[in-house]
Parts: sequence; structure tokens; C-alpha cells
Amino acid sequence: MTDITATSNVSAEIVRARISGRRMDIGGRIFEGLLLLALALSLAVLLTLLVDVVSRGIGVYAERGIDVITAPLSSDPAKAGIGQGLFGSIALMLIVAATAFPIGIGAAIYLEEYARDTTFTRFVTANIRNLAGVPSIVYGLLGLAVFVVALRAITGPESQGRSILAGGLTLAILVLPIVIITTSEALRAVPSGIREAAYGVGATRWQTVRSHVIPYAAPGILTGTILSMARAFGETAPLIMVGGAVSFLNTGDRGLVETLQGKYTTVPTSIFQWVQEPRREFIELSAAGIIALLVTILLVNGLAIILRNRYARKW
Amino acid sequence: MASTAAPHKLSADDLRGDRGRRRTEALMRLLFLGAATLSVVITALIILAIVGEAWNFISQVDLAALWSGGWFPRRGMFDIPTILAGTLVVAGIGMLVAVPLGLGAAIYLAEYASRRARALLKPILEVLAAVPSIVLGYFALQWISPNIMQTVCLGGSAVFNMGAAGLAVGVLVTPLIASVAEDAMYAVPGSLREASYGLGARKRTTSLRIVVPAAVSGIVAALIIGFSRAIGETMIVAIAAGGTGGSLFSLDPCGQGQTMTAAMTALATGSDQVRGSDLAYPSLFFVGLLLFASTLVLNVISERFVRSVRLKY
Repeated sequence: MTDITATSNVSAEIVRARISGRRMDIGGRIFEGLLLLALALSLAVLLTLLVDVVSRGIGVYAERGIDVITAPLSSDPAKAGIGQGLFGSIALMLIVAATAFPIGIGAAIYLEEYARDTTFTRFVTANIRNLAGVPSIVYGLLGLAVFVVALRAITGPESQGRSILAGGLTLAILVLPIVIITTSEALRAVPSGIREAAYGVGATRWQTVRSHVIPYAAPGILTGTILSMARAFGETAPLIMVGGAVSFLNTGDRGLVETLQGKYTTVPTSIFQWVQEPRREFIELSAAGIIALLVTILLVNGLAIILRNRYARKW
Repeated sequence: MASTAAPHKLSADDLRGDRGRRRTEALMRLLFLGAATLSVVITALIILAIVGEAWNFISQVDLAALWSGGWFPRRGMFDIPTILAGTLVVAGIGMLVAVPLGLGAAIYLAEYASRRARALLKPILEVLAAVPSIVLGYFALQWISPNIMQTVCLGGSAVFNMGAAGLAVGVLVTPLIASVAEDAMYAVPGSLREASYGLGARKRTTSLRIVVPAAVSGIVAALIIGFSRAIGETMIVAIAAGGTGGSLFSLDPCGQGQTMTAAMTALATGSDQVRGSDLAYPSLFFVGLLLFASTLVLNVISERFVRSVRLKY
């Protein structure tokens, strides 16, 4: 009898030591350390990138101040700036907002609120998902074939189709699937009870969508569109294909139509031009341009995150 | 007082509302349907535009030029193995970086991080994912190439090299893989973990033997999406890998090379009237078709994997 209690006491000791001892699971600690290392390395790269860009680019701002932001393109790095690029980028964003947002949000409303689960609907949904995964340069090819070459008469005969309009429409098609997917998610998050209540008091489908579903989904839709805008702002490859990378730009007084059909440059394509120059001044200038680009994109992303957290709704 | 009016029989017409209301309803429906159809039309346009020009290229090109040891479109040399090899070298190096970093970060965030740490770290990863590729292109050329490739390549490295581009592609793809894989692991029900702990398993065993296998299709999807993104990445390669004028077949990460995407930008940044060969413009579309087809196949496969996760839980 006594023997057995003694043994069980001993084994209890052993078990206790096994499950409470910190040093026992050495392999587990190493594993956790490795995981943390992976995360820390990813963040360290981000930090290195920021430090490198700022240390190289900040001198340009210190020397020239706001002139870097407002100055036009130039072959002289001491005079060149992102002024024309900023104008071009903003013009492209306006075209994207005017075309991709209504079409994308409309398509999402159809797919989520109107369409039944048919083969056609499923085909369209699968299609949009696949479109979101197509590399951006392929959209550039589409823009080149359709807007620059085929529709040259509309997009700008003078600029050989390499116009703001062609660039903006190309970017609009690029962000369209993203807008549709994020809007669909926002609409799906609205509980069906809201819709049923509206139908119950006699509202039609459109009245339900307009007065009940869209207001509740608005913050999500807004966040999605803002993020897609940030994506479009930093996009470079498709703009190179449709001719947004010019090294010199002559802008006089032009009307709206001439501007839309005229040549242009953007912030990222200006950076692309400078980063290819071997001279140190141009590298510093490209770092300065990257600072402006990153600040804009991070601000826009931050805005989207704040909006999302502020209006996050628990049903 | 009995009612004199004949009892009105209620029919579907009474519930339909007035004509104006019905007309608005039909109009809105049509508008939304139009928007949805447009997205399909756009895909059709992409495929038509690309296939048309690519066909022009295939039907006119001398087939020997597709196997000529180098990619020099302006001299009529369209060696497919060159750009495929370049693409695979760059994407392969990228995946060597992104798979351990991305999956490690994902497992940490899903299994180890406290609620507060996760709430802080996930947005930072999202910021990393929002960095435009042109910025990473600059980083590859100005920082990775002189600081890392110069050290790693014992025989010295070219200023423009595929290794630097590959590492930067890895940095670009890491947050993407981390985020998709983390979503998959986070979706694994807690009861599976509790059952594992109940049997006396440790955290590492639970993570690696229970959670990872349960989320494996999501993780595989994350890797495929990451690879698809890596072969389609353009700006990093266009800036840092060299080969703007063309390139010989090469597998050397320390030297310059040509990928499918870089070959396309190089053709597009050249003069509008491409000199030397009229095939340069259609060749752009042929390469585009290759790229489009390979990413499409990868995306469809990953979609399959993601769907099988959704079905399970």
C-alpha cells in the first residue's frame, strides 16, 4: 500500500515538472523564436526601405522646399519636380472615380441584390475574381490595343493616343474588379433582416437598395473605393505600356478636351524615369518623389483604416 | 346597411404599384445588369485584343527565332526559353524569401500573437502590402543590389541583376502570402486546437500537426497566389534586373536577365515605331498572352483550393 502512494507521489512530481517547467519545451521555444524572426525580418525590411528613401530624399526637400512638388519635368535634376506628374496622377484618379466607381458599384449591386444564382451569375463572379489576379501589365496591353491604337480618334489623335484619357480608362479597368469585389463584400455584410423589413412595408427592390442597403454598406464601399484609388495611384507598369512615361512635357494653355487628349506624366512614371538615370542627383530626386508617393499612399490607406474602424458595425 | 359595391377581388395587379414605380424599377435593374455585363465584355476584350495580335506574331514569325539563344526583339530574335528562364529565376528567388517569411509571420499571427499584438501587427503588414512596386524597384537597385548582392555573389555582381530583383519581389509577395495564409489558419475552429491541447499536445505540435494541415488548402492557395503575383511583377524587374535592350539566355542570379514582364516594358518604352523588325509590336502581345495564360491557370487552381476550405468549415 505505502509503496503505491510513494510511487504515485513521485510520478505526480514528474508530471508536474513536465507541464510546468519552462525549459522543457526547448524545440517549441526555438520554433516560436523562428516565427517571430520571420515577422521581425519582414518589418525590418519595411524599416530599412523607409530609412533609405528618407535619408536620400530628405536633402532635396531641405534644399529646394516645396519646389520639388511643384516644378515640372526637366533634364536638369536641380530644376525637375513632380508638379506635372501630380497633375497627371490627379487627373487619372478623377477619370477612374468617374468611370470605374459607378460601373463597379452598379455591377456589385446587380450581383448581390438582383441576380439569382444562375450559371451566368456564377460565370460573371468567377470572371471578376480572375480579373483581379491578372498582372497589371496585361491591363496595360489591353489599354495599348484598345484605347491607344483602336480608339485613337477619340483618345487623342494629336498625342497618338498616348493621352490622359487613355491612361485613365486603362487604370479604371484595372481597378474595376477590385471595386466590384470590395463592394460585394460590403453589401453581403448587410443582414437580410434589413431587406426583409423594407419589403415588408411595401418597398420595391430599388427602394430597398437605395434607402436601406446602400446606407448601411456605405462605409465598406467607401473604404474599398479609397483603397482601390491608392492602388491606382501607385500603379506604374500599365501606364508605361500606354505611354505615360515621358521625359519632357510641354503644357501651355489648353482647354479641357485638349488636356484630356494630350500627353501626360504621373508621379510613379516620373520616378521611373529618374531611377533609370545613373547620376546621383537623379537618384536623390527619385527618392524625393518616392517620399511624396509613399506619404500620399500611406495617408490614403490610413484614412481607409480609420473609416473602417470608425464605422465598423456589429450586427 | 349592406354594402352595395360588388366585392372587389384582390389580384396581383393591385400589388404591383403604379407604372412610374415599375418603370424606375425596371430601369435600375437594367442599369445594374449593364454594369455587370460590361465586366464580362472587358474580359472578352482583353482576350480578343491579346490573342489577335499574338496570332499575328505566331503566323508571321520564323519559328527558329523562338529558339535562338537570346531575346533581342529588334534584331528578330525571340527566344522564349530566355524570358521563361528569367521569369522563373526571379520568381523562384522571390518565393525562397517570401515562403518562409510569409508563412512564419502567418503562423505567428494566427497562433502565437496576443489579441493586442495581432491588432497592431496586421495593419503594419497591410502597409507593407500597400507599398507600390516602383518603390521596391528603387529599393532593389539602390539598396539590395549594392548591399546584399555584392556580398553574396563571390565573383562580384552586375549593378543590374536578377538576384536583387528576385529578393525585392520576395519582399513584395511576403505580406500577400502572410495575409492569405493567416486568414486560412484563423478560420480553423478553436475546438480543433482545444482537442489537441486536451490530448496533451504542445503549442508547436498543435500549430504544425493540427492547424496547418487543417488549413492546408488555404495555405497552398496563398503560395499559388504569391507565385502568380511574382511572375506578373513588372516594375521591380524592369528597374533592377537589367536587360532593357535584350538579353542572352541566363540562369545566373548575379547577372542581368530578362523576364516576360520586363521584355514587355522594354518594348513599350522604346520608340513608337519599333525599328529593325515589324514583329516587335505583335511580339509584345504574344508575351502578354503567355503571361496572362500562366497567371490565369494559377489563379483558377488557387480558387479551387480556397473553395475547398470554405466547404469544410
